[in-house]
Amino acid sequence: MSTITLKVNGTTHTLDLDPSTPLLYALSDDLGLRGPKFGCGLGECGACTVIVNGEATRSCVTPLNLVHGAEITTLEGIGTIEKPHPLQKAFIEEQAAQCGFCVNAVIMTAKALLDRNPKATDEDVRDALSNVLCRCFTHVRMIRAIHRARQEMAG
Amino acid sequence: MKRQVDKSSPPSGFTPDAQSALERAGFSRRAFLQGTGALIVSFSSLGKAAAAGAQLSGSRKTPGPANIEVDKFGAHVTLGAPPPDQVDSWIAIGPDGRVTAYTGKTEIGQGMETAQIQLVAEELCVSFDSVHLIYCQTPITPDEGITSGSQSTPANFNHQNLAQAAATAREALLHLGARRLGVPATSLVARDGAIEVQNDAARKIGYGPLIAGKRFNLHIDPNAKRKPMSEWTILGTSAKRPDLPAIVTGRFEFVHNVRLPGMLHGQVVRPPEVGATVISVDEGSVTGMAGVVKVVVRKNFVGVVAQKPWQAIQAAKRLKVRWSSGTGLPSQANYYEHLRRQKSRDSMVVNSRDVPEKLAGAATVLKATYYHPFQMHGSMGTSCAVADVRGDHATIYSATQSVWPMRSTVAMVLGLDPKNINVLFRRGPGCYGLNGADTVTYDAAVLSQAAGKPVRIQLSRKDEMAWGENYGYPFVIDERAGLDAKGNIVAWDHEAWLATLGTRPFYDRPGNVPTGMLLGFDPMPFVPRSPAPEPSRYNNYDNFVPSYCVGRVGEKAEGTGTIESERALVHNVRSPFFTGPLRSPERLQNTFAQESFMDEMAAHVKADPVAFRLRHLSFPRLRDVVTAAAHAANWDGRPSPKPTISKTGIVSGRGMACVPYSATNGYVAMVAEVDVDQDSGRITVRRFVAAIDVGPISNPNGLKNQVEGGALQGMSRALGEEVTWDDRKVTSIDWATYHTLFLGIDVPKVDVVLLNRANVYATGAGEVGITVVAAAIGNAVFDATGARLREVPFTPERVKAALGLRA
Repeated sequence: MSTITLKVNGTTHTLDLDPSTPLLYALSDDLGLRGPKFGCGLGECGACTVIVNGEATRSCVTPLNLVHGAEITTLEGIGTIEKPHPLQKAFIEEQAAQCGFCVNAVIMTAKALLDRNPKATDEDVRDALSNVLCRCFTHVRMIRAIHRARQEMAG
Repeated sequence: MKRQVDKSSPPSGFTPDAQSALERAGFSRRAFLQGTGALIVSFSSLGKAAAAGAQLSGSRKTPGPANIEVDKFGAHVTLGAPPPDQVDSWIAIGPDGRVTAYTGKTEIGQGMETAQIQLVAEELCVSFDSVHLIYCQTPITPDEGITSGSQSTPANFNHQNLAQAAATAREALLHLGARRLGVPATSLVARDGAIEVQNDAARKIGYGPLIAGKRFNLHIDPNAKRKPMSEWTILGTSAKRPDLPAIVTGRFEFVHNVRLPGMLHGQVVRPPEVGATVISVDEGSVTGMAGVVKVVVRKNFVGVVAQKPWQAIQAAKRLKVRWSSGTGLPSQANYYEHLRRQKSRDSMVVNSRDVPEKLAGAATVLKATYYHPFQMHGSMGTSCAVADVRGDHATIYSATQSVWPMRSTVAMVLGLDPKNINVLFRRGPGCYGLNGADTVTYDAAVLSQAAGKPVRIQLSRKDEMAWGENYGYPFVIDERAGLDAKGNIVAWDHEAWLATLGTRPFYDRPGNVPTGMLLGFDPMPFVPRSPAPEPSRYNNYDNFVPSYCVGRVGEKAEGTGTIESERALVHNVRSPFFTGPLRSPERLQNTFAQESFMDEMAAHVKADPVAFRLRHLSFPRLRDVVTAAAHAANWDGRPSPKPTISKTGIVSGRGMACVPYSATNGYVAMVAEVDVDQDSGRITVRRFVAAIDVGPISNPNGLKNQVEGGALQGMSRALGEEVTWDDRKVTSIDWATYHTLFLGIDVPKVDVVLLNRANVYATGAGEVGITVVAAAIGNAVFDATGARLREVPFTPERVKAALGLRA
């Protein structure tokens, strides 16, 4: 065990955890966050995605000692039910979910992309989502929702 | 106060698919009685429900004595379930006029929460937002068996259960209003949560003051008038899902997010090989590890409990377990031939007894064999459950599709009285049938019982894939048909081999899923039987019967096809892996074979595949979806393959397939348009066009979502998905070894034509679309290339092999 400082959604937390623990467990179990999820534990599906210093990061394979002090943003941190982020709003408008378990993966990956490159092309979106999974296959709507949000974010 | 049970209809909890599967597996009435004989009628406890966090509106007492309904399997156990014939079991209206509805059909990503809220709001004449729906919490919701088999809409949207309870409640409110307002009920209307005098809207009374938090104390009235589609204002609209704002902002509580005070975390250690058993467990190997609380061993179940999830995972990895070597597995390379040689339980589904003579007299007889592999549910998240077992009571949070059956089987696992157990549904990742939700519920329960504290467990990806879920069945199918000189089919012979082991646990078989078996419970017994007895009745609605024959043989003539001579024979073989009802179980595999074979016959007689189908279909609703899909796809009517085909480079083609799901539970036709790269063997689907008829449509956008998802999930299953194994164990254990299509693919366009119909039964919609996808793609590949694909998945290697076989 050792003391780890995590800056999550603008709040600083001090946790006493084994530094090899993957970030996901600190977020979902110690901080009780519901956005990032365990999908595979192998970095293959994206369910656990959070944004660390601007980069979409697979928190299930990222040990705490690598994110000590870093700026971490989760799905909860980008918007609320009352004031959703344009991506979150677009997912509601397009009804782009079935079970909803992968939504964190898709929105957080898309957000990191659009923050970095607001003019991301369809090809860029496909590239970013090439290792993001949705097993209900809500692909059609999710891609549409990302395009809708991209337009809104571009103003 | 017994509910009348129609002896001819499947009992609640058993879909037609499940029923025929049980019959085929030899699940006898006697066995069922023995299995459930120990269960005793009891009363439910509302105190527990409140403790479980269930939200109640209005005053609601403990429902009366539960009834046991005797059905054709022996018994339908409803231990303390709110009686389904009472309005109060389904509908409560609070003093503020807000409506709480209770249902036994759950939300699993298919939109059933939204549609059921629409239904209640519509029948009660209140707004969508004023209805709160509680689903699948055993202390307080009616026992509707399992949410499966595309049976939720048929069960709750027709003239029974939730729909009829809401209609009865509305009529009761009108009568109460008549008394209060001193006006005959016939001159009153229900509108926006109030009863008002027609043409005098100022004279009205709200539902809240009218019922004043009391119960209805009424039986469901089978004659209460349902609102006709022409008057719908909420049903039939694309109401938005109320759960999405919380889901997309990370506020939604999945079962994975359930946190209880003092909760510990578990992890399991599964056998390294199929059939391996525990020889010894060295508990000392984890002594002193941070956070480890307990090692739990029961027969071949091994698990650990720790303070934190990562500690439990580390301990499970470190724990030294000696296992016997496994039983070995048949070679995957020869598995389909292996299937044909095994002892089997044979069922003759339909036999008109004239097939040999019709084939002998046919101008042409065609034959082909089709292969379908084991496939996974492969849910996005691995399965998770939270159990709190304290002494002789237990509260279980589970994403099971079967809360009531789970209550009975988890009681067996724990050795507790089911009346002391509450199973509270919490949502999990999309399950499509029988992922690890049931098995992990047993894991959590056993670990919590051993630890004496609440335990949460979420399986590892490998354990989910190799020891968590029940795979979709593998199939070998021989099709044989005779055509007359005019190119009409005169006889169809369908012979299928499939492998099964276990299935849903239902009310008494924990051993039907992996953890149950590891704990020492037996799966459903396998009793070989050959030859099959002649059918005692003609089961034209079975999943093995081709659409073109459905209903044409035997006493029923209202089927979908025109072919009067048919035989459907099934050989059920013991599977080395657990199997279960993966989305469109059996129907999907059989339809792949039948709709591909239909295309082969059309090509042989040089007929347009759509025209050839219509020639052999009699049922208007199925004919209509075929015509609508072809029209919407601007179908190029001509025989396949295309007249001039280049044998290299990228070529394109179109294919069609159609099906009546479970013969009467939804109708779909689908056109696939594909490109085939003949050099790489890669198939790219450019567009799907589906036409679907599921009766009166509750939510058009939700229905489209199901069809779009079904099309693409079907595409992934057709193009890449296959469980793999070596001589000892499953080797597809993650997303690198089980091949699915990610979101970054070139997503095909999916056009969906909805055929809305009033005045017919509302049918299911979740499984019908996916059923036809593999055949539509395979037929399009044939159109493009002249090469026939008869083995799913259509990997580039298989495509290239098929291309190489062309003349």
